[in-house]
Amino acid sequence: MIEIILMLSLGFLALSMMATIFRLVIGPTTPDRVQALDILGINLISAVAILSVLLKTHAFMEVILLIGILSFIGTIAFARFMERGVVIERRRHK
Amino acid sequence: MNADVTSELVAAILILTGTIFSFLSAIGIIRLPDVYTRSHAASKSSTLGVMFTLFGAFLFFLFADNYFSIRLLLGIFFVFLTAPVSAHVICRAAYRSSVEMSSISVQDDLKGAFRNEQEDA
Repeated sequence: MIEIILMLSLGFLALSMMATIFRLVIGPTTPDRVQALDILGINLISAVAILSVLLKTHAFMEVILLIGILSFIGTIAFARFMERGVVIERRRHK
Repeated sequence: MNADVTSELVAAILILTGTIFSFLSAIGIIRLPDVYTRSHAASKSSTLGVMFTLFGAFLFFLFADNYFSIRLLLGIFFVFLTAPVSAHVICRAAYRSSVEMSSISVQDDLKGAFRNEQEDA
């Protein structure tokens, strides 16, 4: 029973990841694509959580935290690049 | 034994609710017309979905193994903290790199302030 519910939720998650990848491919502007990648990372977090429930193991909890942090840093870097053209600015001495 | 199965079922239904929220957010990402409305759909419901899912997994490990996973709680807290921030910076970058709103938008309150700032700089 619980396995069936978890499989069903993995199916929903796969559908939503496919829809997000579709937006990533067709997205007309760069912010659309960055947004789609961000949501893809968040969906990946819940996929890892469901898989760790399904396999009944505690080994993947660090992966959840790690994907969250990496996805956030990547999104911030891309947004800075879109807004200013550089990711890390150099301060000029006057 | 029976109570154990019931509580694990509650956790599984929480997980299913979270993934249904993610699915609705994906429908919003496909169907809405411009980047700002899509960001509205994507950030809020997807964040709620992943928080439901992580909380379901947390409850499952708490009931099944008596294992209090502080890392899952940290994951919930971190996603709750960072997902709206990343949606905000993406929308800000989109507006400042002059991505068009959809043609059915009626109001743009940021336009005047943004133009003043551009003239000052």
